[in-house]
Amino acid sequence: MPLKILTANRLIDGRPVWYCADGGWSEEFSDAAVADTPHACTLFELAARQAIASNKVVDATLINVESHNGSFVALRLRERIRANGPTTHRCAENQNIYGEYRVSL
Amino acid sequence: MYRYDEFDKAFVTARIAEFSDQINRRLVGEITEEEFMPLRLRNGVYLQLHAYMLRVAIPYGTLSSQQLRKLAYIARCYDRGYGHFTTRQNIQFNWPRLVDIPEILKELAEVEMHAIQTSGNCIRNITSDHFAGAAADEFADPRPYAEILRQWSSLHPEFSYLPRKFKIAVVGAQTDRAAIQLHDIGLWLKRNSSGKLGFTFYIGGGQGRTPMVAKLLHDFVLEEDLLSYTTAIIRIYNLYGRRDNKYKARIKILIHETGLQKLREEIEKEFAVLKASELKLHQSDIDAINTYFRAPDLTDCSEWHYNLKQLRLNDSAFGDWVNQNVTAHKHPDYAIVTISLKSTGGVPGDATSDQMDTIANLAEQYSKNELRVSYHQNLVLPHVALGDLKTIYDTLLATGLASANIGLISDVIACPGLDYCTLANARSISVAQQISTRFSSYERQMEIGAIKLNISGCINACGHHHIGNIGILGVEKKGTELYQLTLGGSAGNNCAIGEVTGRGFTADEIVDAVEVVINTYLSLRQSSEESFINTYRRIGIELFRQALYGTTRKIS
Ligand code: SF4
Repeated sequence: MPLKILTANRLIDGRPVWYCADGGWSEEFSDAAVADTPHACTLFELAARQAIASNKVVDATLINVESHNGSFVALRLRERIRANGPTTHRCAENQNIYGEYRVSL
Repeated sequence: MYRYDEFDKAFVTARIAEFSDQINRRLVGEITEEEFMPLRLRNGVYLQLHAYMLRVAIPYGTLSSQQLRKLAYIARCYDRGYGHFTTRQNIQFNWPRLVDIPEILKELAEVEMHAIQTSGNCIRNITSDHFAGAAADEFADPRPYAEILRQWSSLHPEFSYLPRKFKIAVVGAQTDRAAIQLHDIGLWLKRNSSGKLGFTFYIGGGQGRTPMVAKLLHDFVLEEDLLSYTTAIIRIYNLYGRRDNKYKARIKILIHETGLQKLREEIEKEFAVLKASELKLHQSDIDAINTYFRAPDLTDCSEWHYNLKQLRLNDSAFGDWVNQNVTAHKHPDYAIVTISLKSTGGVPGDATSDQMDTIANLAEQYSKNELRVSYHQNLVLPHVALGDLKTIYDTLLATGLASANIGLISDVIACPGLDYCTLANARSISVAQQISTRFSSYERQMEIGAIKLNISGCINACGHHHIGNIGILGVEKKGTELYQLTLGGSAGNNCAIGEVTGRGFTADEIVDAVEVVINTYLSLRQSSEESFINTYRRIGIELFRQALYGTTRKIS
């Protein structure tokens, strides 16, 4: 099965967050826990419902990732931009759409 | 400029209190996201890829210095130090926190601004000519009528849940600078043969997935009937517009499916009932609104012409800027200055807080405290003495705002695209940045001449790609960005929807493809006087297609 991570937007400020192995949510994509079994996905879905019910996050979704040079990368560009910030702006100077997914500017 | 009356103040204050309470209830979990989402959207708050986004209305694109300073302050204190001016003449803040929205709305209310009706299926912010009240080719200032429409449409109980959003634009000059034929209702203020003011009504224009140029509904409706005729149209739309399919819910589809003639009959019937109602505008009411838009007192000074000529000769960069960014004013000793928000490699429509403050100061000192936002995502100083142009230019130069490119290829319109927008398929800004960089040479841009290049990140067409002489639409194919190219679109008096060239181009190919189009145009135009759009209209799309698909090998 494709590898999955759980992401959402934090209610209070809308910032993207990723579900971590310790049951918390991190602002860092690299902290995200990865589900590699259907059972793990079910647990993620449960965690998503709980976080929504407790008004921590909104728009919780499982997204596909793949392993790339020892780290995980979201498959869709949309998710990579969510993880790294806008690709174009002065406020995003440190943003990096890396590896083979780099899109030349 | 218009100043809020008691009614405006009361409804804005009441709405802030109501929405602040809704935000608080959401934050403590008393209401669910499902319940909250339509409430926040009605107040201009979206949830985008990285954060909430707040869209603030700038009625008919008119701002005071004080208002722009407040926007700069909000960007600095509650956001990340910049704001994005949109093709709807609004401003969007990309990073506000939900918890801060009540405070931001209070700040906005201090300068008579709000975010009401910047989203949802209601009558949206009325847009207008960004040169209104200043342009040399104006019959009459459209802003008083835009203001009358704003007051009438704000929180209008009958029109709060229309089948879909509803956009109205109004102009009053020979040139349509507000793309009125791409709105649900486009109003062209004119005088009839007996000198009376009234409106030509167009209906059913729009972009999005089914682009259509508006149809002429009525040649001349007297100004006193503005609200009754507009009400008749929207009432008929509200009654018959489809609610079962959001892609078929705009008035343009109703016209397409029902036929203009049949709808016209229905509208006229409704109008006959409304004509003598309380919607009739009395001259005293129109006069009262007109006083807010009185032309500023402008001093004559013919000497300025001579001085300006000398300054242009002494500083060729200044001369270039005057050629490109300065437009004739009604008063011969004054000018309209368009400040380009399209620097080389910059983000179209973005301005930092510092830039906004600088522009606000310029407006205060040199433009009677007035500013405009254009749908091309630039800012305008509408009343500038010719003698002040050089000082303004020097200040802009020091602030990174002196790009002399209005109406040229680097004056790209671009929506936020996949860098911010949840609905996007592909990035727009990065393509705009590449184009303004590729064509950064002023000489090259002048050689190409007048051209409009517009980019949208999805079919919703916020970046007006359908009406770009060159239009670029981002689509997603197998998880990657692909760009479709259209040619021949045009806004204004000769409004037209662009035609798709053929298969799309990858992110790496699209700028080369634009260059192929440009080189083809340069090789085929009859003279340097023939603009891109005129060449296109003369020769059609085929030679461009041949050039694109014959020479661009890497087409996906
Ligand atoms: S055109 Fe699409 S991508 Fe661009 S701002 Fe509009 S909805 Fe978003």
